[in-house]
Amino acid sequence: MSSALCPEIPTPGFSFENCKRNATLAAKGFPTPKATKTGTTIVGIIYKDGVILGADTRATEDTTVSDKNCQKIHYLAPNMYCCGAGTAADTEMTTQMISSQLELHRLYTGRVVPVCTANQMLKQYLFRYQGHIGAALVLGGVDSSGPHLFSIYPHGSTDKLPYTTMGSGSLAAMAVFESRWVPNMDEEAGKKLVRDAIAAGIFNDLGSGSNVDLCVIRKDKVDYLRTYDEANKKGIRQASYKYPKGTTAIFPNKTQEYKIEVTEETVTPYTMDTSS
Amino acid sequence: MAMMNDSRPHYPDYSTAGAVQHSFNPYADNGGSVVAIAGDDFAVIGADTRLSTGFAIYTRNQKKLFKLTDKTILGCAGCWCDTLTLTRILNARMQMYEQEHNKTMSTTACSQMLSTMLYYKRFFPYYISNVLVGLDTEGKGCVYSYDPIGHCERSTYRAGGSAGALLQPLLDNQVGFKNMQGDAFEKVTKERAIAILKDVFISAAERDIYTGDSIVINLITKDGITEETFPLRKD
Amino acid sequence: MSILSYNGGAMVAMKGDQCVAIATDKRFGIQAQTISLDFKKVFDMGPHLFVGLPGLATDTQTVMEKLRFRKNLYELKENRKMSPKVFSSMVSNMLYEKRFGPFFVEPIIAGLEPKTFEPYVCNMDLIGCPNEPEDFVVGGTASAQLYGMCEALWVPKLKPDELFETISQALINAFDRDAISGWGATVYIIEKDKVTVRELKTRMD
Repeated sequence: MSSALCPEIPTPGFSFENCKRNATLAAKGFPTPKATKTGTTIVGIIYKDGVILGADTRATEDTTVSDKNCQKIHYLAPNMYCCGAGTAADTEMTTQMISSQLELHRLYTGRVVPVCTANQMLKQYLFRYQGHIGAALVLGGVDSSGPHLFSIYPHGSTDKLPYTTMGSGSLAAMAVFESRWVPNMDEEAGKKLVRDAIAAGIFNDLGSGSNVDLCVIRKDKVDYLRTYDEANKKGIRQASYKYPKGTTAIFPNKTQEYKIEVTEETVTPYTMDTSS
Repeated sequence: MAMMNDSRPHYPDYSTAGAVQHSFNPYADNGGSVVAIAGDDFAVIGADTRLSTGFAIYTRNQKKLFKLTDKTILGCAGCWCDTLTLTRILNARMQMYEQEHNKTMSTTACSQMLSTMLYYKRFFPYYISNVLVGLDTEGKGCVYSYDPIGHCERSTYRAGGSAGALLQPLLDNQVGFKNMQGDAFEKVTKERAIAILKDVFISAAERDIYTGDSIVINLITKDGITEETFPLRKD
Repeated sequence: MSILSYNGGAMVAMKGDQCVAIATDKRFGIQAQTISLDFKKVFDMGPHLFVGLPGLATDTQTVMEKLRFRKNLYELKENRKMSPKVFSSMVSNMLYEKRFGPFFVEPIIAGLEPKTFEPYVCNMDLIGCPNEPEDFVVGGTASAQLYGMCEALWVPKLKPDELFETISQALINAFDRDAISGWGATVYIIEKDKVTVRELKTRMD
């Protein structure tokens, strides 16, 4: 029994309470709408000292761009990052959850979590949902055994590769890697290669666009280079579209104004006595 | 497979594949947008130059404006193969008209003929958003817009193609002066029309994946047609 | 036909200089038939926090109730107001919980951050993927039209009265080109010390 004052503790995991209603609606000719997909270019390479991940920043809903500057390189752990393609909410939530589990794992074991552990957790999670969680991931990180790069598919299969691409721009990006990737590249050459691979996706694949994000993971330092390269700039407006005051017709007697009292309070923190 | 639910026995060795329905989709959507604005003594039309299908770009510089006469231009967006066929037949019929009547077709005549030609294929239409602009017999600018099966409407501004829904409300507001209170608005000048046209394409290129690369703008006045190109974003 | 366009509706939120605005139409219909002309789709969740829920009307109201309940519980427990960022992550998590049987709403959140009074806007798809841009967010059946309008009209650092004209013109002209939204509009301008609610005079067809 639950009441408003004493709500039931919600059960963890997904809720299926709307499924029956939605299936009925689907049968009546109202199919469940499509969620935001990130038609994407995401890539990763292994270079001399670690891993470089790259991503574009466009999110699309069918043929319109819904986010021009979204983050597709997600944080997993201090030594691990993960690029996501596919259904935007799935990549976001899956990486968030695995990130939290990895942190608990780190606290429990008291050591840097190996990249293969994250890979295993992700693939088991995705396999459990049989591909219904539409997340295609590129996982990269450095641990005690060196740099690692994995690509993880929505159904839960994984690859361990020295260079990899995913998303709708994966062919354009892979074309760049296949012609220019070599083992033991230095950092500058590696960053340029990844930038060029993402740029190939941005310009040649309509599902990818806007800017290039990079993430360089080394043994002891991570550089998250948000907007490493602004591949496209918005055009400059030719005319001005500012309206003079009073352009829009309103009902003046229906205008309501609510005053908000803003009180400012300064709280000074004091150090707790922990001597005893 | 219908056999499975039958009460009759099923002998797999003797079964044959059932009828399979094949389908063929004769249309392709190659995207692209067209915008036209007409004034008292001019007409301006612009179209982007990206030709694409699905998530791929065929070319970044495909002109989608077709000069029909010195006073008439047609802009097409949609199925490119239909555009090619339509404009080829259109040119042939215009040449026939010229040779038969010993004069070039007027913009109004062109608009009517285009409507007839589209309706002629009522049950297998050309899958194109057409926007026809020009100067009428009095020298006034005019815009005709069509649906794929030949419905024709004369107006003073129109946006069509893949970003039509994004562009049209801005034209309503900035060219048609809709939903604005205030003193009498001055009609848009040539310069203002071209500036608005560039701006609506900048907006469309931000949000529509099928619109981009650059635009070709044609300005029709009594002195003839001038052409201009303007770059857009290329992603 | 998508269930998200069963009842119709258009909504937009924009950032300004130390202020933020959210505007919505007022139509409630069943497909092409208009039922009501003053249907509430934007709700206040605090003095500086508004949420708009365009989509299927039944879910608009259900989700609003669920959100208000969870927000109230948080505020009782924590004894402080919920910030817009916390609120949107709550919305996001609530929608993603129903990943395989979603509510048919695409929420828009607008507000001012407590303390700094930084403007904040955010929208989500129906399974809660958040999008927090620098400029504006749109939603509802006229979203394509709104994208076109906002992309041309929006400029940074709009003052509250300029922001009102910009967001109103963007909304009115956009929903005039959409058959199932319009029929009046409400604009909320949220500033540090006041919220102004204006009713717009629009075409009623």
